[in-house]
Amino acid sequence: MRNFFATLTVLCAIMISGAAVHAADLDAFTGQSGTLKIAGGTAHIPVMKDAAQAIMEMNSEIRITIAGGGSGVGIKQAGEGLIDIGNSGREATSQELETYGLTMIRWAIDGVSVVVNPKNSVQALSSVQLRDIFAGRLTNWQEVGGEDRPINLYTRDEASGTRNVFWTKAIGKEAIDTKANVVVSNGAMKTAVANDPYAIGYVSVGHIDETVAAVTLDGVTPSIATVKSGDYKVARGLFSLTKGEPQGLAKLFIDYLLSPSGQAIVAAKGFIPVK
Amino acid sequence: MSREDLLQKTILLCATVGSGTLVVGIFLLMLHLGWPLLISGQFFSLLLQEWRPADNLYGIYPMLLGSTVISLLALLIGLPISLGTAFATTVVAPPWLRSASLALIRYMAGIPTVVYGFVAVFFLVPFMREQITGGSGLNILSAALVLAILIAPTMVIFFVNGLSGVAKTYSLAVDALGGTPVQKLLYLLLPQAWPALTAGTVMGLGRAMGDTLISLMVAGNSIAVPGAVTDSARTLTAHIALVIAADFAGMEFMSIFSCGIVLYLFTVLFVSVIRLTSKTRND
Repeated sequence: MRNFFATLTVLCAIMISGAAVHAADLDAFTGQSGTLKIAGGTAHIPVMKDAAQAIMEMNSEIRITIAGGGSGVGIKQAGEGLIDIGNSGREATSQELETYGLTMIRWAIDGVSVVVNPKNSVQALSSVQLRDIFAGRLTNWQEVGGEDRPINLYTRDEASGTRNVFWTKAIGKEAIDTKANVVVSNGAMKTAVANDPYAIGYVSVGHIDETVAAVTLDGVTPSIATVKSGDYKVARGLFSLTKGEPQGLAKLFIDYLLSPSGQAIVAAKGFIPVK
Repeated sequence: MSREDLLQKTILLCATVGSGTLVVGIFLLMLHLGWPLLISGQFFSLLLQEWRPADNLYGIYPMLLGSTVISLLALLIGLPISLGTAFATTVVAPPWLRSASLALIRYMAGIPTVVYGFVAVFFLVPFMREQITGGSGLNILSAALVLAILIAPTMVIFFVNGLSGVAKTYSLAVDALGGTPVQKLLYLLLPQAWPALTAGTVMGLGRAMGDTLISLMVAGNSIAVPGAVTDSARTLTAHIALVIAADFAGMEFMSIFSCGIVLYLFTVLFVSVIRLTSKTRND
């Protein structure tokens, strides 16, 4: 089953991705050949796909497969040597790192911002208010200083990495009200909030534009700058893990992710580059 | 029988058997994939539980209810509209209006679902939110209204074919007896065209039940058990679309096979019920 999905993912990668070839950063792959297996966190896939596409286009002797599975799967399979690179949207625990002898490389930062409609007068909340709103305890905008209208909650499906980081770091794993509307992607969330004056939701910082208003949380406005400085806490690194020090193709691939072209892909996919 | 005849017959037979086998095959495949759930006895508890993955609850009861309510409500709204349109088109309307409206209806049947979805998101949903239901406007009623429009052309086409198939002589006889158009509809056309009306209704319900995009875009997808038509709700189809991204090895992913099986069985059940009741009506 997993093999099937892996193949499917790669096929999609080959078909969908645009060509973004920066020749110089790809030079290291000249004369290389072999297979590189990548699996794990799904948030990483857009960047992985574009990077793999660029590499495979430059050197057809290299075959890169990308599968999902989730952060846990990425750490576990990398540790057991089933794959060359495991992706994770959370830091591997010290126990995981020790047991498997893993090396963890962070190549992007993903911040998650609470968003409301630009017409909403409430554009700053405390984390306590935010938690109460998403738990369904505060149900009217009036209770947080806005209009006398019910609050319309928007959330993401359980497989969403964005939801995971929001849930863990913004609302302290408080159960989200089951009555919340559920949307399928960061893009769909933006459309929903942009169309509903009484909405509240959350998107990856890279997705924020003038159609939605980012909510200042405990006095900190989420932006690429505040996430970078560490002042805005609802953020996470995107990690890749290898068993032991990265070697061969895995090392070249990770070096490419950290190169200017790799970091350009990171930025183009709405994440924050680390270099 | 000439060789050519034999060839033609074989090709046609293959096509029929092929598509029939495919339908059964799909069901068997879903049964196979959902088998671990079925034998562990979790399948039936899934039908009654709620969906709270954080508490290890993977039930599909809210979606089951959502799918049923949205599709039946859509049929309830769509059926009278379609029947009225079909009757007006075949009996009441002058010939030029008849061909114009038929052309329009056939065109409507070809509009992609996503177009209806977009129009609903930008016009119907804000209207619902501001004027009628309050809340976010993403709810069962909005989805059912859009679905009613979506399934109406299919039903109208079936109904028009059925109503036009009624023998002209009967129609003339009703006119000669001084019957009003309404009497003609109730006592002649409806009983005569019954099989086509049933077929159209089954098609409409099937489309409403199977549609994914409209409910995904307009129904709100909340996992709470819906209590009113103004509540946000999730259908089985939307649920599958939302959960398919989950970990392949996880229980979340496994549970969507139960959605598939249930969706299949429900469609079969609805279709059978309509077929059976229409048979008794015919006899």
